[in-house]
Order: sequence, then C-alpha cells, then structure tokens
Amino acid sequence: MKTALLSDLHANREAVQAVIDHARTAGAARWVLLGDFVGYGADPAWVVDTVRDLVRDGAIAVQGNHDLAVVRGASPHMRPEPRFVIDWTRAQLSAAQIDFLASLPMSQVSGDHLYVHANAWDPAGWDYIQGRLEAVRSLQATRCRYTFCGHMHEPRLYHLSGTGKAGDFTPTPGVAIPVPPHRQWLVVPGSAGQPRDGNPAACYAMFDDADASITYHRVPYDHDTARDKMLAAALPQRLAHRLEDGQ
Amino acid sequence: MDSRAPNPIPPAAPVAAAAAAHEQPAPTLQPGLVIDRFRLEEKLHVGGMAHLWRVSEVNHAGDSRLPLIMKVPRIKGGEDPATIVGFEVEQMIMPMLAGAHVPKFIAKGDFTRQPYIVMERIEGPSLRPRLEHAPLALDEVIEIGSRVATALHDLHRQHLVHLDIKPSNIMFRPDGTAVLVDFGLSRHDHLPDLLEEEFALPMGTGPYMSPEQVQFVRHDPRSDLFALGVMLYHFTTGERPFGSPDSVSGLRRRLWLDPVPPRALRADCPPWLQEVILKCLEVKPERRYQSAAQLALDLQNPTQVALTRRAERMQKSGTLRNFKRWFFALGAEPAPTHTKASEQLDRSPIILAAVDVDNAAPELLDKLRESVRRIVLAEPGARLACASVMKIARIGMDDLVDEDGRSRHVQQLVGLKHWARPISKGLNLDDGRLTFHVLEAPDVATAIVEFARRNQVDHIVMGARGASGLRRYLGSVSSQVVAESDCSVTVVRAAVPLPPADEPG
Repeated sequence: MKTALLSDLHANREAVQAVIDHARTAGAARWVLLGDFVGYGADPAWVVDTVRDLVRDGAIAVQGNHDLAVVRGASPHMRPEPRFVIDWTRAQLSAAQIDFLASLPMSQVSGDHLYVHANAWDPAGWDYIQGRLEAVRSLQATRCRYTFCGHMHEPRLYHLSGTGKAGDFTPTPGVAIPVPPHRQWLVVPGSAGQPRDGNPAACYAMFDDADASITYHRVPYDHDTARDKMLAAALPQRLAHRLEDGQ
Repeated sequence: MDSRAPNPIPPAAPVAAAAAAHEQPAPTLQPGLVIDRFRLEEKLHVGGMAHLWRVSEVNHAGDSRLPLIMKVPRIKGGEDPATIVGFEVEQMIMPMLAGAHVPKFIAKGDFTRQPYIVMERIEGPSLRPRLEHAPLALDEVIEIGSRVATALHDLHRQHLVHLDIKPSNIMFRPDGTAVLVDFGLSRHDHLPDLLEEEFALPMGTGPYMSPEQVQFVRHDPRSDLFALGVMLYHFTTGERPFGSPDSVSGLRRRLWLDPVPPRALRADCPPWLQEVILKCLEVKPERRYQSAAQLALDLQNPTQVALTRRAERMQKSGTLRNFKRWFFALGAEPAPTHTKASEQLDRSPIILAAVDVDNAAPELLDKLRESVRRIVLAEPGARLACASVMKIARIGMDDLVDEDGRSRHVQQLVGLKHWARPISKGLNLDDGRLTFHVLEAPDVATAIVEFARRNQVDHIVMGARGASGLRRYLGSVSSQVVAESDCSVTVVRAAVPLPPADEPG
C-alpha cells in the first residue's frame, strides 16, 4: 500500500492541489501530513479544510510550529513580518479551523513509522535536522525503523546502520529507493508549499510498504497564481517572490 | 520483501528460518529447501562473500523460464561488515539495472529473514581462467576489451559505476555479449551510497583499483576504464601493471609509478594497442578515455587511434620523473565533488557525422559541417566520428577487394577528411577526438544505424536529400535513420530557393 507524505504545505493551495492530484494518480491509498499547514501562503482556510477532510477519511496529521503559532496568536516579541502573517492567517480562519490545528498531536507512531514535524528527540523544541549529526540524534531517539519529518524544506534521506554508520542522500525525483527495515531511515519529503532548493516544483514523497521503498516526487504547479494571491493579500513580497524560483 | 511486520516472525518450515544479520548464523541451506518461492537444487560455488545455488521457481516448474541462481551472503558471527553491506548494496542496485549486459534480476530476500538475490544464471566460466593463459592472442585481447567496454558504457548510461571490474566479474552470453556481475562495491547515482561511510580503507580489488578509488572517490565511471586497462595490460603481457599490493601504501604507488610499457614485454604488441592501454592507465581520469564508448570505438577502429608518445615508449619513466610525480601525489587528494556517473557521460558523447561526400550538394555539405561544428563546440569532451557509406551490391562481394573498390574507398576517405578539415582545424581536434570511417554496405541507412549502435553513438548528424527527384525515387535515407536508430538524430537541410509562385489565373 502506498502512503503519500506531505509536509510544509504553508497555505499554498495551488501547490497542495497539484501534489494531491499527482499522488492520487500515483496510487496513494494513505495520507500523512507532516505539519506547517499554514503560514506564508494566501489560502490557509482551504488548506486547513483539505487537511481536515483527509484526516476525517483516515489520514495522519501532526502539528507544525507555524500551526502552533497561529493557534497561540502572535506575540509582541516577534519580528514584524511573521507577526503580520500570523495575524493575517488567524483572521482568515474560523474558530473551528483553529481548533482543528490546536487538536493536532506533536507526533504519531503507526507500526514502525514515526511521524513528527521537526525531530524525534524533542518535537516541541523545533530544532532542525540540518545534517547527519541531527539525523542520527533523531534516529537514536526512537525505536521506529522509519521516521518521517518536515520542518526542513529540502528533500533528503538519512540512514543509520546497526553498527552506527550514518549516511545522507539527496534523492533523484521519481526514482524508487529501497529502504529495507534492517536499517533506520529518516525521510524528509521536502516542502510542498514553499520549496527552497532552487527548484520551484512542489515536493512530496511516497512510501510503498509492498517493497519497502520511498519515492520522492517533484510536481510543477502554477506558482505565479500562488504568488499573485499572496501579493493581492498584501502578504510580504519577499515570501511571495521566492515561490518563483524555489529559493 | 516484507516491511509490514515490525517484529519479524520466522515463517514455518520448510521455508528457511529467520536469520537477522547480527544475531545468528544463516540456517543450513541444503538441496530441496524452499526459500520463498525458490527451491535450492545444487550448490554451485562457495565464495568468500557468498554462496551460489542453482534454484528453480516452485510455481513455474517445467516451463521455459530462465535458468536461475540464488546468491546467499555468508554470514558468520562478528564478521567484516563488508560482506553484509556489500550484499545490501547489491540488493539495492540489481533491480535498477536492465539489459543484456547484466544478469536479469528476479527477486530478493529480506535481511530480517533470509537475505538472498535470485537472478538469471549466466552459463559458462568467467574471464578469470583466461588469466592463466595470458599473454593471449592479440585478437582475443582486443575482442575482450571491445566487448567489456561496450558493456561498461551500457551500465554507465544506467547511472552505475561498477568499481570492481576484473576478470572474475565478467562473463559472456552465448552470442559473445559481455555480462558484468557482482555489484557489491558499485555505486548508483540514484541510490544512497551505503559504502561511502562504512570503511576506513579503500574499497576495490588491489590490482585493478584506480588511483582515485585509492583516494576514496567513488563516483567516476572512468575508474572502470582504469580497471579495464589493467585487465587488457595483463591479457596482453601476462603481467600485472601494478602487481598485487595488499597495503594502502602499496596501492598508492600507482599514483606516481607508471607500468612497464606493454611493448617492452611483448614485441608484437602494436603501438596503437599500447596507446589504448596506457591511456586507460593514466593516473588522472581526465587524461583517460572520457567514456567506455570512446574506448570501444578505438578498439574497433585501430587505424584511427591517434598515436602519441604513449605509443612509442619502451621503458618506464626515470627516477627523477617518478620522484616528481611522487612529490606532487603527496597530499594531492582529489577535491570532493558531487558529479554523477551520468554527467560524466553527458559531457563525453560520440557524435556521428554521416556525410554523403559524393552526392550531396555543396550548400548541404557546408550547412552540415557548420551544424556539426556547433554541436562539437558545445561539448568539449565530445568525439566526432565522420562516416560515409560506400554502396556495394548485395551479391558479388568480391568486387570489393579489386583495385577499383580500394580506390573508391580511399577516394571517399580523402573526401571525408577534406570535408572535416575546417572543423578539425577550427576546434583543434588533433588529440584522437576525430575519426574517419568509410562503411561498405548495400543499404546506406542501415549501415549508419548499425554503425551508431555498435559504437554507442549518442547523436547522429546527417543531411537530408534535397527536394529532388532522387528522394522521390530512392526514398529518404535520413527518415529511415530517424525511424530506426536508438540515439538522437539531427537532420540538416540546406535552404532551397522557393519555386516561383504560380501565375495568377
């Protein structure tokens, strides 16, 4: 059975719709949403509703730092840009939508899979997995063979052997990579709504438990419309324009 | 492979019991035992790293399926992890490979139960026993080199660097196609390199390891050309160019010590073959052939090999030169790069210019030359093969060898060289990057397509016949080439003045 893994959707309706369409065509039977559904983009309500519908139908979703920030509301200590985005996003969401974000767990375990937004050692601390060091720390903090996390926007695959040797790999889109369960694996699918590796196409990954493989995908989408909506909503220009080249 | 069970449970007999990699030795495998859907028939080979079993697929008994073997890693307690990781690597890589130059992959077994790979069985011995008969006849050396280079290029195109090319890993199909086996040290562009971080020592087989492999570089397809060069040297001379070192310092000597030139060991080794072998054995990858296809092209076209000082050498370099090379090799570790095998190939294509020197219009020949020049200019690693086809009758082949045939052949060669002269001068293509071929065949398009296929050409550039009566009667050669060839084809057309518009009625 194939599981589609999406992270860092960031209120980008065009990207999320394109990824969902692609994953359905590719045979996704289960959905996992790895947090940061809001923040940056112009369609938080649509994205939250979409995630809520998927969860109602059995999807797993975990909370991201942007989701929590919107639930809590902006604090006066924040820089003006994020404070504006959080206030604007809260104004777009109904109480029920905010309640849904508030109700999400920080992490979830299903069989030998761990789903968490940032890392396994301290999910609420939001530390990033920037490289092998942090990946090993995260893998050593869980008994699960497979960890799937977001937070980092660049797609990446880490592995840890029984003898403690770790490696990392930048995946080639569309190639199924065997991830046999005698190693531990940490999968970062990359951001669907805010790709930042120089490629504007939306990221997601598909795990196939029939042959224990993971396939990273890149899905081109109409980022001009997503950008224009952000500009029309007077969201920060820098955040809108970075969608054009995925920077 | 079954990843659904977090705690693997040993399945019931007669299927093999569980053997987790680090827990207990593998169960006793014996004829008749069924592992998943495969029945062990006969143990064929006991190797240092793995056992090979002839197996049959239980649900397919009696039909015409491929003969199969099962490779089972030797897992003893507390052993060198190379066995395990190498087998893991092979399990990951084999399903990614296809084509005639690898054994067909059938199935693999999980490490949490019984690790194995089932693949097509290639009959016959490897090249290993031929080493005992070295030096071999030169024709055989050249044939081996050409077939292995062709196989290597096919694997490099599939994003793989083999990294353990040696006679025992080379087999042949009944039609002579070379098949490369054992991918336990290989690296695939699209897969995590599990070996990269695993070991503190260089990985490979001592005599064959390239200088960059000694320095932990694992992504360069030209490493395989070095190993093939070692093999060709051994088959030609009966000696190993760098001996069989068993220490890292021994391995590092190849960074500065050059081998005895083959001609000093074997008088009848032609200069061109020494040129080819020593070019493969260059310390710096950028001084070797840039692709296996370029090497195969030279092995199949000896008269076209550009001879350099390599061809002339009759003794090893002197002490001073060795000292210099040793000095510069100290600490000169290659800079880490993230180039991929396929990128190296993309940079080193073979371009075939198919030129109808006798019949094409001068405007078309000019236009074709300019198109070819631009394509070669854009690819500094490209090789250009210029070919024309000399039509011969389907029967009466003996006409070929008569004086008239020979002079026609020479005439075409002269015409081709003349056509290509502005390109070779303009782009300074004198270092063996330009070759000329007069193909003799009854059918022009078929000859071009087959030459391109045999030499793993990446791009054919050819002219279209003008809008003349000739095309109407003879059909278009270029459209047949476009339809039948495996590679990219660019068809060049010269501008034809528009016919005068019809008078208004």
